[in-house]
Amino acid sequence: MSKVRVLVGTKKGAFILTSDALRKQWKVDGPHFAGWEIYHLKGSPIDPQRIYVSQTSGWFGQIIQRSDDGGKSWHQPGTPSGKTATTPEGRTLGESNKFVYDTAKKTGRALTTHQWYDGTQHPWEFKRIWHLEPSLTDPDLVYAGAEDAALFVSKDGGKNWKELSGLRGHKSGKEWMPGAGGMGLHTILLDPKNPNRMFIAISAAGAFRTDDAGKTWMPINRGLKSQFMPDPEAQVGHCVHRIAFHPSKPDVLYMQKHWDVMRSDNGGESWHEISGNLPTDFGFPIEVHAHDPKTVYVVPIKSDSEHFPPEGKLRVYRSKTGGNEWEALTKGLPQKDCYVNILRDASSVDTLDDCGIYFGTTGGQVYVSPNGGDSWETIVHDLPAVLSVEAQVFK
Amino acid sequence: MIRVVLPAHLQTLAAIQGEVTLDVKGKLTIQTLLDALEMKYPMLRGTIREHVTLKRRPFLRYFACQEDFSLESPDTSLPDAVAFGKEPFLVVGSVAGG
Repeated sequence: MSKVRVLVGTKKGAFILTSDALRKQWKVDGPHFAGWEIYHLKGSPIDPQRIYVSQTSGWFGQIIQRSDDGGKSWHQPGTPSGKTATTPEGRTLGESNKFVYDTAKKTGRALTTHQWYDGTQHPWEFKRIWHLEPSLTDPDLVYAGAEDAALFVSKDGGKNWKELSGLRGHKSGKEWMPGAGGMGLHTILLDPKNPNRMFIAISAAGAFRTDDAGKTWMPINRGLKSQFMPDPEAQVGHCVHRIAFHPSKPDVLYMQKHWDVMRSDNGGESWHEISGNLPTDFGFPIEVHAHDPKTVYVVPIKSDSEHFPPEGKLRVYRSKTGGNEWEALTKGLPQKDCYVNILRDASSVDTLDDCGIYFGTTGGQVYVSPNGGDSWETIVHDLPAVLSVEAQVFK
Repeated sequence: MIRVVLPAHLQTLAAIQGEVTLDVKGKLTIQTLLDALEMKYPMLRGTIREHVTLKRRPFLRYFACQEDFSLESPDTSLPDAVAFGKEPFLVVGSVAGG
């Protein structure tokens, strides 16, 4: 019988929630990496026992952890614990924490600075990994989205990382600017129909696409309007909070922008607004139902200065028509005095027949709907603030 | 042997408890001590000093013999008491919060 594992990253550690396919009784395991910020955990789609973790700290920097047994044990890839370790060539192991921006002459010309809040140029500085995206076909291949915005790849299970510098090397790189939360590359979508195509999103640069496996990139922001910019329809500078697609229709992209919920029907070539009757079109996560490419979920948040649900009512909104027509899903969710936020990586769906929807809050609650959003239950009430949620189905 | 005390989180990362002991050949400086530490415990690379610049991470401090060595040059010699193992070299996480 299938089981569900929900990987939860929080401000003070990681938690693993497991259940059978009914998703009624849950076991809570954790904290793993207690005291550290866990920006993201994600399992390999083809080997669910292989889990990658981004463990970060303002004091100690970036750590990558890996499990090969579904989260029972962890290790830093390539780093034997407590022992001197060198390769036969004499190189010291322990490179899995090393994320270095490409400054090579050939590619580094445009990579030295980006725009700072005051309009001046500012050096790129690595801060942390926001998002890990394991390959759809190779458990040792994994992508990492960084702050300051850059895309890294490891082809050896996280032992070594190399920047795909064509992204920052795009001619617009000098114009990218951090949002209030930093300049993070937070979304990585791998096209299951075209291994050379990826989509990424950066706050606050916008969405980008590659069609040559990451060598070159193009901004895909036509149709976005952001009133905080001098030119609201500029090629880059948009604060994209999240993009999502259904694996069977990777050309249909959904986006939760700072303000506005958007859709593209042509792989990001152009976007149109689908906010429709939402009570507010500000928010962070966006998800697509596992079995219906037209069913989409968002969690409206009051505004960019009031990061909580409108009227203190926690409501997930579902559209079964690819946007514009939205219904509030409230059964089992607090409908008064609720002032939490749901961050951009803190939602997920599972692939069971009756699609499960999950999200976590800055108040430490993790909710599940085992029936596509019709009703909700609390898996756990009192975790630290939730940064990320990923659901896995395994045997 | 040279004694080093690490913050609790780094002890966990390195799978150690209590003090670390190191053998440093040649002149004992901040840099040679940290080089030896990272050679013995490669999982600590990048956690005390930045990977590329080898600069001290901003929220960590270096103390020894009641002195603050955090702002000293990496080439600064450490006291004999540290070299002879009478006093530990302390890597300390700065206090945050109110």
